[in-house]
Amino acid sequence: MTSLLVIIVLVLLAVALWQLTKIFDLTQVGSESDSSQVASDNDNNVQGYLMFGFLAFIYIFSIYGLFTWGPLVLHTPASAHGGQVDNLMNITWVLIFIVQAITQVLLHYFAFKYRGKKDQKALYFADNNKLEAIWSVIPAVVLAGLILYGLYAWTNIMFIDEDEDTIVIELYAQQFNWTARVSGEDNVLGKANVRYIEGVNILGVDLADPYAQDDIVVKELHIPKGKKIHFKMRSQDVLHSAYMPYFRAQMNCVPGMVTEFAFEPIYTTSEYRELPYMIEKVANINAIRSKKSIELVANGKAALDPYAFDFLLLCNKICGASHYNMQMKIIVDTPEDYKAWLKQQTVLADQMKAAASPSSEDGASAADSLKAKDTMAVVKIAMK
Amino acid sequence: MSAEGHDHGHDHEHEHHHKETFITKYIFSIDHKMIAKQYLISGIVMGIIGVSMSLLFRMQLAWPEESFKIFNVLLGDKWAPNGVMTNDIYLSLVTIHGTIMVFFVLTAALSGTFSNLLIPLQIGARDMASGFMNMVSYWLFFLSSIIMVSSLFVESGPANSGWTIYPPLSALPQAIGGSGMGMTLWLISMAIFIASSLMGSLNYIVTVINLRTKGMSMTRLPLTIWAFFVTAIIGVVSFPVLLSAALLLIFDRSFGTSFFLSDIYIAGEVLHYQGGSPVLFEHLFWFLGHPEVYIVLLPALGITSEVIATNSRKPIFGYRAMIMSIIAIAFLSTIVWGHHMFVSGMNPFLGSVFTFTTLLIAIPSAVKAFNYITTLWKGNLQLNPAMLFSIGLVSTFITGGLTGIILGDSTLDINVHDTYFVVAHFHLVMGISALYGMFAGIYHWFPRMFGRMLNKNLGYVHFWVTAICAYGVFFPMHFIGLAGLPRRYYTNTNFPLFDDLQNVNVLITTFALIGGAFQLVFLYNFFSSIFYGKKSVQNPWKSNTLEWTAPMEHIHGNWPGEIPEVHRWPYDYSNPNHDEDFVPQNVPMKPGEEVLHH
Repeated sequence: MTSLLVIIVLVLLAVALWQLTKIFDLTQVGSESDSSQVASDNDNNVQGYLMFGFLAFIYIFSIYGLFTWGPLVLHTPASAHGGQVDNLMNITWVLIFIVQAITQVLLHYFAFKYRGKKDQKALYFADNNKLEAIWSVIPAVVLAGLILYGLYAWTNIMFIDEDEDTIVIELYAQQFNWTARVSGEDNVLGKANVRYIEGVNILGVDLADPYAQDDIVVKELHIPKGKKIHFKMRSQDVLHSAYMPYFRAQMNCVPGMVTEFAFEPIYTTSEYRELPYMIEKVANINAIRSKKSIELVANGKAALDPYAFDFLLLCNKICGASHYNMQMKIIVDTPEDYKAWLKQQTVLADQMKAAASPSSEDGASAADSLKAKDTMAVVKIAMK
Repeated sequence: MSAEGHDHGHDHEHEHHHKETFITKYIFSIDHKMIAKQYLISGIVMGIIGVSMSLLFRMQLAWPEESFKIFNVLLGDKWAPNGVMTNDIYLSLVTIHGTIMVFFVLTAALSGTFSNLLIPLQIGARDMASGFMNMVSYWLFFLSSIIMVSSLFVESGPANSGWTIYPPLSALPQAIGGSGMGMTLWLISMAIFIASSLMGSLNYIVTVINLRTKGMSMTRLPLTIWAFFVTAIIGVVSFPVLLSAALLLIFDRSFGTSFFLSDIYIAGEVLHYQGGSPVLFEHLFWFLGHPEVYIVLLPALGITSEVIATNSRKPIFGYRAMIMSIIAIAFLSTIVWGHHMFVSGMNPFLGSVFTFTTLLIAIPSAVKAFNYITTLWKGNLQLNPAMLFSIGLVSTFITGGLTGIILGDSTLDINVHDTYFVVAHFHLVMGISALYGMFAGIYHWFPRMFGRMLNKNLGYVHFWVTAICAYGVFFPMHFIGLAGLPRRYYTNTNFPLFDDLQNVNVLITTFALIGGAFQLVFLYNFFSSIFYGKKSVQNPWKSNTLEWTAPMEHIHGNWPGEIPEVHRWPYDYSNPNHDEDFVPQNVPMKPGEEVLHH
C-alpha cells in the first residue's frame, strides 16, 4: 500500500514538473528567444547557475552519503590479510576523493564561469604539450604506486605456500547450498568426483582413497582462530562463488576443477560480535526488524527472529533461481573449542557404514537404482 | 573507389523522381541518413523495453515480494501470480535488461545511428561504401531485436543466467528454466546481431579509409569520426570471438560436446560432459565483453568531443592527444579482459598481469577528461541541452571511472567482485555516460536528421532531472556494494545481515522511478518535434563540420553538385584570424593565413 502511495506521489510530481515546464515556456512567449534549442544569453545564465548548483548537489549528496551510508560499509576485517586489503582500499579512496573533488569543481565551475554571452569570443587555445605531459605523468606515477602495492598484496594473498602449516578444508557448492569437508587428521582431502555421488556421499568422495577415510562432511563449518585455513572449492553443477565478505575472501567454484583461497581468521565469532561497531550494527538491524515485526504481526503473520551476527559463506555468482538464498554459517572458535567440535563429528566413512548397515535391503536397492541410472546415462549418450 | 564514386549530382531531381517508392525510401532504404533514423527509432523502442524492465526489478528490490498490480498486468499470471514477481522472472528481467541495453541500445543504436549519419556527411562522401550492406546490416539488427523480444514470450521463460550467460548455468535447462528455449533464442538473436554489427563496422572502416573528400586528411577528421572508426575496428576484432563462444555453447547445448562443461551432477544424475571448462567461456566472453565497454563508450566520447568544442566556441584541447588516447584505449581494451575474472579460479599470476594492463587505461582516460575540462576553460559556452548532456557525460565518466581503480586492482576486487559496487561503477561509467552521449548526439544532430529543432526547455528539464536521478540511483549503490551485498539477488530478506540496507534500496528505486518517468519528457519532445518542431536553419550551432554544409532536406548523395573540398581542421573556433567565431572546414585559407598550432 505504501508503495502504491509512493508511485502516486511520483506521478503527481511528474505532472507538477510538466506544468512547470509549460509555465517556463509561456514566460518566453513574445520575447526574442525562440523555442528551438539554440541557447540565448538568458539560457546560458540560468543553466550556468544550475551547473553551479549541481556541483553543490554532488558535494552535499556525497557528504550526506558518507555520513548516512558510510557506517553500513564493511568494517574491521576478520582475517589476517584483510588489514592489507583495507589499507590499500583506504589509500585508493583518499586518491579517488581528491581527484573527484578537484575535477568536478573544475568541470562545473568552468561551465558556470564561462557561460556564453553575446559578443564574447572564446580564447583560441588548442594545445599545450606541457599541460598534457603533466596530466599523463601524474596519473602514471600515482597508478604505478597503486599497482605495486596492489601486486604485492595480491601475491601475498593468492599464492599459497604448500609447506605452510594450514588446515585444508573443502567448500562444496551445489544448487542451492554449501557443504564443507574437513580433511581430518592427515590434513589431506580424499579424492572426489561427481561420479562417486551416492546416497550419504553427496560430495562424491572416493572412499577407496586412504586419505578419504578421516574426512568429515559438515553443513555448518567451524574453523579455529589464528591458523591459516586452506580452502579448496568444488562445484557439482554450475558456477558458484564462495564469498566471505568479512574475511575479505572470495573465489569462484567451478565444475570440473578445484579452486583455492587461504586466509587466517583473527577473531572468533564471539569476539567479533563484541566489537563496538558490530554491537551498534546489530542493534540497528534489530530495531529495523522489530519495527517490521509489529507490521507483520498486525497482518497476522509471524514476527521476525532477532538477529545475532554470524560469519556467513554466501554465493556470489548467479547460480539459478534460488541463488539469493544460498548460505552457510561459519563459526570461528578458539583452537580448544575447535578441537572439541572436531571430536564430536563423525567421519564420512562411518556415516556411510551407518547408512548402509540398518537394512542391507536398502543398500541393495540403492545399488540397483544406481545401476539403472548408469544404464540410462549410457542410453542417453548413445542416443546423442 | 574514389570520392566521386557515384556522383549523380546533376540529374539528381530526375533520378529521385522515378526511383524512390515508399518501400525503397522508408523501409529498404540504402541511404545512410534513413538507415541512421531507422537505427535510432528501433533503438528508442528497445531502450523503452530495457529501461522499463529495470524499473520493474528495482521495484522488487525496494519492496521485496510485495504485490503490484502492474507486475501482474505486464508479466502475467505465470510470472507474477497475485502481482508478486517470481524469482525466475526477476533473473530474466535482469538478464534481458543487460542484454538489450548493452547490445541493442548502446552498441547498435548508438553506433548505428551516429556512425551512419555522420561518417558520410562529416568526411564528405555521397554515402557509405556499400549502401546495400548497410541496409542488410540494419535489417539483421532488426531481425535479431525481434527474436530477442520474442524470447520474452516462450513457455519456459526468457534467458535468465545473466547477460554474461556463463555456462554451465546457461547450458543446462535442468539448472534454470530460462536456459531452455529462451537461451536458444538468445543465442540465435546474438549470432544474427553480431553478423549485423560486423557488416556495419566493416562498412564504417572502409568508408572512412576510402571515401574522404579532397583535403580531408586523417588529421583533419572530426573526433567523432575518429571515435566511430576506432570503435568499428574494435568491433571487428572482438565480436567474432563472442560469435565463436556462442557457437561452441550451442554445440555444448545441442550436440553434446564438452567445450565448457565437465563433471556435472545435476537433478540426480551425472552428465556425460568431461574435459571442458567454464573458465574458457569466460575468457572468450570477456575478450569481447571488455572491448564492448569501449565500443559503447568511445562513440559517446566522440560525440562529446564534437559537441563540447562546438558549444564552447573553442578548439577541442589537444586534438592529437585525443586521437592518441582513443587509439591507446582501443589497444589496451583488448588486453584487459581478465580483470573480470580475478576470482574465477584462473592462475593468480594472470591476475597480476591484468591488474597492470587495466590500471594503464586510467592514463589515456585521464588525458581525455582533463582535455575536456580544459576545452571549457575560457570558452564562450552555449549551454544548450546537447552541451549539458556532454558536460554531464564528463562528470559521470570521471565519477564512474575513478571507482574503476578499485575494481581493476585484483586485491581490492576480491571483496567487491560481483557486488552492487560493480553495478554502480559500470552503470555510471558506461551506462549513464554512453546514454548521455547518445542524448547529446540526438539533441545536437536532431536538426540534421529531421530538419527541425527539439524543444529547448523540455530538453533542460530532461537533463536536470536525469542528472540528479542518475547520481541518486548509483551513488548510494556504491555503499550497499561495499557492505558486501551481492548483485542478482532476488531479495535480500534471507540475510538479516543486510536488513539495514533496505531503506537505501528504497531510495535508489525512488530515484530510478522518477528518472525513468522523466524520459517520457524526452520521448514526447522527440516524437512531437519530428512533426511540429521549429524548422531548423542551415547551421543552427554555427558548427565547422561538413554535415552542416549539405542541404537540410535530405537528398540522395548528400550534396547537389560537387562535394565540398576541405581546407582546414574541424576545430577552427574563435580563430583570431577570422571575425566570425567559427570557420567551416570548407572555407579556403585566406591568403597568408597560417595554420595555427594544433
